[in-house]
Amino acid sequence: MRLEPKPAPSLAVTLLFPLAAIATTLMLTSILVLAAGASPLSVFYLVAKGAAGSQFALLETLTRATPLIFTGLAIAVAFRAKLWNIGAEAQLYIGGVVTVVLGTGALPLPSAILIPVIIVAVMAAGALLLLGPAVLKTRFGVDEVVTTLLLNFIVLLFVSMLLEGVLKDPMGLGWPQSQKVIAEAQLPRLIQGKRLHCGFVIALASAVLVWVVMKKTVLGYEMRAVGLNPEGARFVGIPVNRALMKTALLSGGLAALAGFSEVSGLKGNLTLDLSPGYGYTGIVVAMLAMLNPLGVIASAIFVAGIFVGADAMSRAAKVPSYIADVMVATSLLTMVVAILLTRFWIRWR
Amino acid sequence: MDALEILFTASFWVAAIRIASPLIFATMGELICERAGVLNLGIEGIMTAGAFAGWFTVYSGGDLWAGLLVAALVGAMFGLLHATLTVPLGLSQHVVGIGVTLLATSLTYFIYRLALPEVTSPPKIEPFQPLPLPGLSSIPVVGEALFTQTPLTYLAFVSVAAVAWILYRTPIGLAVRAAGENPSAVEAQGISVTGIRMGAVAVGSALMAVGGAFLTTSAFNSFFFQMINGRGWICIALVVFGSWRPGKALIGAILFAAFDAYQVRLQQISGGIVPYQAFLMMPYALSILALILVARRATYPKALMIPYQKGER
Repeated sequence: MRLEPKPAPSLAVTLLFPLAAIATTLMLTSILVLAAGASPLSVFYLVAKGAAGSQFALLETLTRATPLIFTGLAIAVAFRAKLWNIGAEAQLYIGGVVTVVLGTGALPLPSAILIPVIIVAVMAAGALLLLGPAVLKTRFGVDEVVTTLLLNFIVLLFVSMLLEGVLKDPMGLGWPQSQKVIAEAQLPRLIQGKRLHCGFVIALASAVLVWVVMKKTVLGYEMRAVGLNPEGARFVGIPVNRALMKTALLSGGLAALAGFSEVSGLKGNLTLDLSPGYGYTGIVVAMLAMLNPLGVIASAIFVAGIFVGADAMSRAAKVPSYIADVMVATSLLTMVVAILLTRFWIRWR
Repeated sequence: MDALEILFTASFWVAAIRIASPLIFATMGELICERAGVLNLGIEGIMTAGAFAGWFTVYSGGDLWAGLLVAALVGAMFGLLHATLTVPLGLSQHVVGIGVTLLATSLTYFIYRLALPEVTSPPKIEPFQPLPLPGLSSIPVVGEALFTQTPLTYLAFVSVAAVAWILYRTPIGLAVRAAGENPSAVEAQGISVTGIRMGAVAVGSALMAVGGAFLTTSAFNSFFFQMINGRGWICIALVVFGSWRPGKALIGAILFAAFDAYQVRLQQISGGIVPYQAFLMMPYALSILALILVARRATYPKALMIPYQKGER
């Protein structure tokens, strides 16, 4: 068996293969649905209805997509430069910590100043958290996959320590949770009385900004060059290590925004269940989008829809809601195969 | 009891060896994969699947050894999935590995919920019992620590010897090491690099799954969510720490486990002055520290993470 490069794929092919990947995922997960004694068509219909079948469902999907856009962008940026940031979960939690440290009354400022200050601080904290593994990678040759993964556990324990210590809400009836952020530090809701908040708009704007950075700036060019061929990039005079550092800063900052947006826009305070694995799901979001920042918006909404829809479906049909995680994981694997097939012929000899 | 006395008690070393056992299996599994040139980040999920498969077989009426066999087979299947995508297709070993971890973990949870829909506290099984080896177990401290364990712990040590022997003393081992160092030389001998790598990943993944099954059939007596809890990632650090050598990796696993057992005891005597989370962080922090100390002089298998296509140089 050999892989032979194809000519540049047409737009139709580029769009068709992700759809084929999703169709394959549905077929594979049908087996599990059948094993659960339900009919795949009715289950997938219930998932789709639960994700987008009503105004409530749709708003819930967009709300759930918001942190996934941030973590998906973080991963897309990093993976483009082949910086394997698997630590978006930790960066998200650090973002949440900074939000409650600054947002619970320490800075008595009006909203228009306080929120930008928090955003800058959050991004700086997330950026610094990924800078460590990036420095270890470039200076000492320590694989960043393991360091970022291990940092997820360390940071979660650190957050747990804070929530049972200095950040613990004295009025929290003993629960490990922080105080609520003050009204000035809250992102307004997009629609009165609904859960969808301005974090979603910030996420969309971030995606566009990141797209511009990746497509139109020197940094974006350097990141892509480093990702494609680090030796070649070094040969043509690109400061590879410095490009990796900048990538790390951008990626960590974006992931931390997910924590800010969840605390400030949705939950109001920091708890240990702020993220049900948004950092890891961001990997799937980024891959489904083929690492394209604008594609991240669509794939985040798609993945969020699966989770929201599966919750609704699980209540109606007797199929465990873990089917959503299986679908998301399967679509990651089918998608990488689909991307391969857009670029190569497989020749059997 | 003061902090130093702990180190000289037999019960501490018994616990350390017990904690080391699943790490030894999984580290040997990862080591085989990496020696053949494939980084297997599916390890965390494969261990989860193995832990469940072993437990569920016994829970459904199977023998404990049958549970291990089923766990190994499940692990090998996920290994083959990983290998198919990364070896002949040459896809990113990082992305596929994370994908396999997510898939194996979520499939396990799905099947657990399907099999036991209404269960709130996980049902228990009768796990492996300690099997003191006559004579040896009466040697003070060392004998107690090493020879009053369950059969699976003895098997973990046997697996290190077996992996070392196969890697350095057999033609297959030579081919595996060469596939990770210089695949075109393997191909020149008329041996398929693809076959060697896929086989190594399948066997390595089976060992990882047995490491997971140790937790449910030997250390605890039931399966619960999040039970692997980063052990897989630590095994990847242990492989680097052991410079891809079975013996050194074994020492690393025991040192690491001793540290883990030690922090639990330190926590008890610290009387709550230091937050318990600080102790729980130490094993992960120690792994990162070990990586930093070793990475500079680490000699990676030269073809690690580099896909190989037949006929290419």
